[in-house]
Amino acid sequence: MNPLYAQLQQEVPLSWYLVLSAILFSLGVVGFLIKRNLITVFMSIELMLNGVNLSFVTFAHQWHAVKGQIFVFFVMMVAAAEAAVGLAIIIAVFRARATLAVDRIDLMKL
Amino acid sequence: MNAYFHLWLIPLAPFIGFLFNGIFSRRLPKWLVTPVALLAPLVAFAVVLVAALGFFGIGQGIVPALGSLPFPLPFTETCPLAWIDLGALHIDFSFVLDQLSLTMLLVVTGVGFLIHVYSVGYMSREEGYARYFSYLNLFLFFMTVLVLAGNALLMFVGWEGVGLASYLLIGFYFQKQSAADAGKKAFIVNRIGDFGFLIGMFLLVANFGTLTFTEIATKLGQDPGWTGGVVTVIALCLLLGAAGKSAQIPLYIWLPDAMEGPTPVSALIHAATMVTAGVYMIARTHVLFDHSPFALSVVAIIGATTALFAATIALVQTDIKRVLAYSTISQLGYMFLGCGVAVYSAAIFHLVTHSFFKALLFLAAGSVIHGLGGEQDLRKMGGLWKKMPVTFAVTTVGVLAIAGFPPFAGFFSKDAILSATFQQGVNGQVLWSVGLVTAMLTSFYMFRLWYLAFLGKPRGESEHSHRTPFSMLAPLVILALLSIGGGWIGIERSAGWINIELFSGFLAPVVGAQSTEAGNAQLELILSAIAVGVAIFGWLLAYLFYRQDSTLPEDTAAALSSPYKLLANKYFIDEIYSAVVVAPLLGISRLVLKWVVDFALLGGLAWLLAAIATQTGAILQRWQSGNIRSYAAWLAAGAAALLLFVLVPWATVWPQSLAFVWKATGH
Repeated sequence: MNPLYAQLQQEVPLSWYLVLSAILFSLGVVGFLIKRNLITVFMSIELMLNGVNLSFVTFAHQWHAVKGQIFVFFVMMVAAAEAAVGLAIIIAVFRARATLAVDRIDLMKL
Repeated sequence: MNAYFHLWLIPLAPFIGFLFNGIFSRRLPKWLVTPVALLAPLVAFAVVLVAALGFFGIGQGIVPALGSLPFPLPFTETCPLAWIDLGALHIDFSFVLDQLSLTMLLVVTGVGFLIHVYSVGYMSREEGYARYFSYLNLFLFFMTVLVLAGNALLMFVGWEGVGLASYLLIGFYFQKQSAADAGKKAFIVNRIGDFGFLIGMFLLVANFGTLTFTEIATKLGQDPGWTGGVVTVIALCLLLGAAGKSAQIPLYIWLPDAMEGPTPVSALIHAATMVTAGVYMIARTHVLFDHSPFALSVVAIIGATTALFAATIALVQTDIKRVLAYSTISQLGYMFLGCGVAVYSAAIFHLVTHSFFKALLFLAAGSVIHGLGGEQDLRKMGGLWKKMPVTFAVTTVGVLAIAGFPPFAGFFSKDAILSATFQQGVNGQVLWSVGLVTAMLTSFYMFRLWYLAFLGKPRGESEHSHRTPFSMLAPLVILALLSIGGGWIGIERSAGWINIELFSGFLAPVVGAQSTEAGNAQLELILSAIAVGVAIFGWLLAYLFYRQDSTLPEDTAAALSSPYKLLANKYFIDEIYSAVVVAPLLGISRLVLKWVVDFALLGGLAWLLAAIATQTGAILQRWQSGNIRSYAAWLAAGAAALLLFVLVPWATVWPQSLAFVWKATGH
């Protein structure tokens, strides 16, 4: 095993990764809840996804299970696709409504 | 048994006729409708005739095939597939041919065929020619089912079916309001009777576990304890059904109105066949009545009362068909009287002869109406004997037959009933005297009709517009011959001096041998003489009243104005019924059912449910703010609650501690 890697493992405990992951996720949730701009909301979602990704790889490393890493690949792939579609939708919404404030995009509400 | 002989052929033939003429009705030319319509009853009649010839062993020398036919009656034919199979209750499609149904079938298909032939001439210029014949065939189909049925339920199918055909034919001229109303009246009044029939069947199933006539008879025979009680209730329920169909008190009111239909229909359905179904039903279920003397006496009293009651109304009616209608009710009363004194063979005998002479009288009346271009008022007729000699001759035969002159058919059958009634003790003699008065009245009003329509001077302005076609005259002549000779089959019962026992002996296997004291030939002769004397008296009275230029009818009507008005208005029975039954029913329907039940209860309930739904929706609607961040907040809050529940130990304790407190407080 790479000595540097082993050292890193010893010096940085598992919980740090998990705490970072939780912080990232919580930031995403808070951002989603309080931000008004649709793009910022969108970025908050990406933040949550990455928080989850981090805990996935952490556990994968801890348990030496490759499944977690595979999940992360899937998440990244879906996130990429989602970003493409989502940004396209955002552009379309902006063209139609001339605003990106989420409170004012409430066409579904009768 | 011949492999080609089947009982189901009898109803099948009219049914095919009905389908053919009913489905293609307007597209068919008349030359195609007529043969199909006539073939249907003819085939049915032929099958019945083959069965009759086979039974009596006649004609085997001519047609060898009949040799394989002499079969013992009753002959039962059952569909291999069960109709209803509910555990203990088993009901089949089964047809039974016995002496009773054979007699009835000969009448139904024979007279039915004659009236079909007559209708060809009568209806030739009418609208809806094919429709008329399809209904007529439909009627024959259901009537043969009714007669052949081996159990009460199948009989009920035929029973309802003839009711339907009757309704359709009474309302044949449905564009006329009175005809449509008369059809509805007949149908609704019959519903009341059918209610009794249905309850009777339910009670039969509940107490005997079967509806098959033979099984009921067997079970009743096994246990002599079956007397009165529930048997009386069943018999009275069936009697209600019979009274509805056979137009007896209190359900007779539909029959006079049924004359709105075409006259041949009145002859076939409302005189000769369908209305006798009640008598047939009582004879068919006679074991029940035999076990309940009370029900039997109710039958006798209803019969005698109806006979007298209807005869008095017939005295003053001016519509030729209404006279005949009330006379039919009266004669049906005689049949009920015969059933009520347990001489079913005499009742069926009168049924047969009545179907001959009453069909004849109705058809002759139809011929008169046809000839006068629709005129039905007796006061506007008169002197028709010159214009319609054949109709006059056959009507004379019919009048003599119904009035009970020997040797015409009505004499023998009426006398059979009356003499049997007389021999039933004191009560029987009271009923006999009622029957005798009725016989006098019958003779009077029939000769009144005869004098008013055919003798005297023509009073109406309407000219003899068209001649009676041959297709109408031929059935009249055949029926006239039957009205003369039809009674001879029962000579023993009525006259006593010849002991052939032809008809009652023939029916004995089905309805039981009738116990009349043998060797009472002298008494029977005296009774017959009295009956004939009474009939002659009625004739003389009619002669006094209605011979030419007599003012006696007007004088009598003026002198007895209040009884006359009572009779002319048919005892105000229709008015009483409408005040006592119809008006309260309509009132309750309008007030209680419409406003309270329908509008308030049902409408209010529906409104309440709708209001609850909308109000709940209005509250829940606020949750659906459309603001995506509020949804996310709920989501996050939910996730947080779940996390809390999983991670914090005391959170899971909550429900348990609550349950603990609940129990601790004594629940």
